[in-house]
Amino acid sequence: MSLNRKFIPILVTFGLFVVMFAAGSFRYTGFFSLQVLMNLLIDNAFLLITAVGMSFVILSGGIDLSVGSIIALTTMVSASLVQQQGWPPVVVIPLVLVMGAVFGYGMGAIIHYFKIQPFIVTLAGMFLARGLCYVISIDTITIDNAFYTSVAQTKIHLPGGSFVSISVIIALVVIAAAIYIAHYTRFGRNVYALGGSEQSALLMGLPVARTKILVYTLSGFCSALAGVVFTFYMLSGYGLHAVGLELDTIAAVVIGGTLLTGGVGYVIGTFFGVMIQGIIQTIISFEGTLSSWWTKIVIGLLLFFFILLQRLLIARRSTLKL
Amino acid sequence: MNRMMRHYLFWPLCVLGALLLFNLLYSPDFFSIVLRDGHLYGSLIDILNFGAPLVLVAIGMTLVIATKGIDLSVGSIVAISGAIACLSISKGSDQSSLGLVMTAILSSLALSLVLGLWNGFLVAGAGIQPIIATLILMVAGRGIAQLVTSGQIITVDSSTYEYIGAGSLATLPFSIFIVAAMLIVALLLTRKTALGLFIESVGSNPTASRLAGIRSNMVIMSVYIFCGLCAGIAGLLLSSNVSSADGNNAGLWYELDAILAVVIGGTSLNGGRFYLMGTVIGALIIQTLTTTIYMIGVPPEITLVVKSVVVLAVCLIQSETFRSTIMTRWKTRNYPGEKEVVRHVP
Repeated sequence: MSLNRKFIPILVTFGLFVVMFAAGSFRYTGFFSLQVLMNLLIDNAFLLITAVGMSFVILSGGIDLSVGSIIALTTMVSASLVQQQGWPPVVVIPLVLVMGAVFGYGMGAIIHYFKIQPFIVTLAGMFLARGLCYVISIDTITIDNAFYTSVAQTKIHLPGGSFVSISVIIALVVIAAAIYIAHYTRFGRNVYALGGSEQSALLMGLPVARTKILVYTLSGFCSALAGVVFTFYMLSGYGLHAVGLELDTIAAVVIGGTLLTGGVGYVIGTFFGVMIQGIIQTIISFEGTLSSWWTKIVIGLLLFFFILLQRLLIARRSTLKL
Repeated sequence: MNRMMRHYLFWPLCVLGALLLFNLLYSPDFFSIVLRDGHLYGSLIDILNFGAPLVLVAIGMTLVIATKGIDLSVGSIVAISGAIACLSISKGSDQSSLGLVMTAILSSLALSLVLGLWNGFLVAGAGIQPIIATLILMVAGRGIAQLVTSGQIITVDSSTYEYIGAGSLATLPFSIFIVAAMLIVALLLTRKTALGLFIESVGSNPTASRLAGIRSNMVIMSVYIFCGLCAGIAGLLLSSNVSSADGNNAGLWYELDAILAVVIGGTSLNGGRFYLMGTVIGALIIQTLTTTIYMIGVPPEITLVVKSVVVLAVCLIQSETFRSTIMTRWKTRNYPGEKEVVRHVP
């Protein structure tokens, strides 16, 4: 059976996940259970949602460094509106989602119309969102609103005695929607075309401006949604929430096999990229003697490994073409 | 006058001047410098002293950006370098002995050279995009720094080591002299040898420069090594100033401040042209801005909002498209006739 080369990174990712899970199961008692897998989803639901938005940005050939800050800003705005102003969550949640989308839209518009590198614009967005958090408050705002606590504590029982949280359902819905959008809609194909070559996309008459701006809007929206989920998870708003999350997110997308130059990759790969990061953390916590900083080092090494793999694959493809 | 305005240092200096002027009006004793026990004290000296690590990192970053690259790992290198130095000093029996401190300094500088070499290898050798190649060390580097310090803040009690960041020579903080020395080295290397020309050439077009006989990969490699070294020295300055190393927070967000300083200084992110003096002014602007915000009693956290607005403004002004859009707007506003479009009615 000849294996299509574009599936290699995603298969490596999936294989790595299986190997890590198997190794954990052999090494630690209590590791091999459905609940451990479900906990991966529960603890990384917000990362999943953010990474989905980031996948679209990277597929289009850009990068979004503002995601972590938008999450923090979302927790902060939700907490201050619900807790200090007494607004009902029904109003606050749609409001913060719109806010995230508008934030992303603004960055996308600047990137496209003024032709400034996405890296620098989203960097400024990152500063801005983080700074706005502190303008609201420099302290943690704890949320004890009935709606938020009940959502946070709800357990959805699955057959087999395990359970998931509502956040997991949201994350899985987002993943499903993203797979549909990326692979079965016109917008999705435009994103791939844009990432493949912006010039060609333009010459083909694809709506480059709309696609590019929509991609950042989508990423902003996903970050805000992740922020809502994060608020359920932490039950507080704080300006230092999710510091450095943008890097975890980019790492997840890259480990998931998406090419950083854009145009190649699958949303489902991102899912396994996040799961691999989660399982590294789980293994380290099961090991007990290892400090949690090893997570960062291992993720860095994996990032290195996957980027090299991508380079090799690209190199092989270009030599084949010649 | 026109020639003066065209000079690349004109606008950065204007901003710095405006900031200083604001400070002068706001608190007149801003410029007062007093001599106490043979040391000079004052806000201006503080700006130079606390800004020294940023200036160093930004100098290294300028050369990297000149080759159309970027180094996101400088903050992590700052943390690692400080952590290694403090760790080796804290293990010694006599922490102030010169030999021990010299070994500590040399080992952490050697390590930062290696880290720079690693970045350079990934960019030039493996051909990975600079943002991503240095992202690896940015993620893993903080982990390494925390591993070195075991997640704690290592404090040292060494008067010799403290001298680097907190001591003073000829009434001025010693750190200023280190920065000045590095700046002079960088200026001489890039402006008095052909290296500066090579860097600019590689930044505009690496392939063309390789065909013209420049060893592009060596040039790229060396700027990343230099940037790593600068970040390493900055880490020593920071950790010795407070006599402790914090793997988690040392050098946090330094990469962003350094990039901001480089951009304010007039170096384009597209590579091919760089201004070291502009970068120094840019770093001083950032430090003055931070000090000003502290002084006028605004919560220091607002600094981030101000910085983001500055980044955007500077980038927009640098953007060719933005300038032409504004110019057309302005012209059509003044000559409404140009706005009239002959509509084609089918």
